[in-house]
Amino acid sequence: MADKVKLYDIPEEEFLLPGNRMCSGCGLSLIYRTALKALGPNTIITVPASCLTVLHGMQGFTSVDKISVLNTPFATVAASASGIEAALEAMGKDDKVTCVAFAGDGGTTDIGIQGLSGAAERKTNFIYACYDNEAYMNTGVQRSGSTPYGSITTTTPIYGKTEHKKNMPKILEAHDIPYVATSCAAYPLDIYAKFKRAKEIKGTKYIHILSPCPPGWGFSTKDTIKIGKLAVETGFWPLYEIENGKFLLSNPSKRLLDPAKRKPIELYLSVQKRFKRLSNEQIEEYKRYINQSWEYIKSKNITTQFL
Amino acid sequence: MWKIIAESKDKRPKLQNYKNWKELTPIPISFPCYGSMGETGDWRVFRPVIDKKKCTKCGFCWMYCPEGVVQKSEDEFFIIDYTYCKGCGICAKECPVKAIEMKRESEFE
Repeated sequence: MADKVKLYDIPEEEFLLPGNRMCSGCGLSLIYRTALKALGPNTIITVPASCLTVLHGMQGFTSVDKISVLNTPFATVAASASGIEAALEAMGKDDKVTCVAFAGDGGTTDIGIQGLSGAAERKTNFIYACYDNEAYMNTGVQRSGSTPYGSITTTTPIYGKTEHKKNMPKILEAHDIPYVATSCAAYPLDIYAKFKRAKEIKGTKYIHILSPCPPGWGFSTKDTIKIGKLAVETGFWPLYEIENGKFLLSNPSKRLLDPAKRKPIELYLSVQKRFKRLSNEQIEEYKRYINQSWEYIKSKNITTQFL
Repeated sequence: MWKIIAESKDKRPKLQNYKNWKELTPIPISFPCYGSMGETGDWRVFRPVIDKKKCTKCGFCWMYCPEGVVQKSEDEFFIIDYTYCKGCGICAKECPVKAIEMKRESEFE
């Protein structure tokens, strides 16, 4: 399980150089900056077409320092990482160099899922990190498999999406991989601890990170951290990790097992423009969905000594 | 119109050093540099200003900054690189003692 991290444990060395192409107040920028600090310089990253490609910039100049990055086609991010990992194994550099696939929610839940499932089945030794901004933000907010219920995008009906979000960590858990974790951009210490832990384990590791997106979700750039924290505190996005089948809720989500301690979901929904057309029935449906997902968590064998 | 574009070709800043495809490297490679998008500080409408009297050096602004423009200075206070700060305002919002204030850019100069 991930160790507790204090603020000054995070190294001061920067791998993400300022002056990149990300929007101001981007959650992904914060995730990537923290994750690279945890992974260190001996890392090879594969990136599909996504907001992350925008961050890496046009040909000639990039804003990621000291780390090798390979840009791949959309569906092949996990497959390319498998190839790199096979080459590292053949060269005997398997222990020294970490191989990471960093994809968006479109590249994970919709287009890249076959590559990811195949790599997990082959027990490839790599970290798969998915940053989830809940739509295809790079191309102008189109609906993806990860878009939540009732959210308006440019390709949904006017009353919002009619289906719930695809539960990707649950799918990966069914692959029997050694480490599955969820995190959120509003908790950089949590992200740092989970990447540090994933780096130590051998086998396929999967980390799913919620990344608030100011232009796509419709809120002010200064509220990125506030929205991320609300998503966790209302119970919409539980933070947990599963190591070798052992389930553990992370610190910010521990007390939320009691339904009375969860903040009302309206707080999270009302501050975002993408939920402005939600009806009362849809909000009731949200409450039912959150209760159902927490019932699932309760049914897991949670080690109560930490609670 | 096209004449003007053709004439300005030599005056534009050079992104790549090669002239045609024959001079390309076998693999297209990018190299790290500060400000690959240019000086992103001119996106900013509000400028974060740190009040050193209120600051407790907790480091929240450094941790939460998405760009990494908040850095530690020699006297252990934090300074903001205004060349690249995009002015999102997360540091001012998350500061526990409200030592950072967002001021309009027009107030300066």
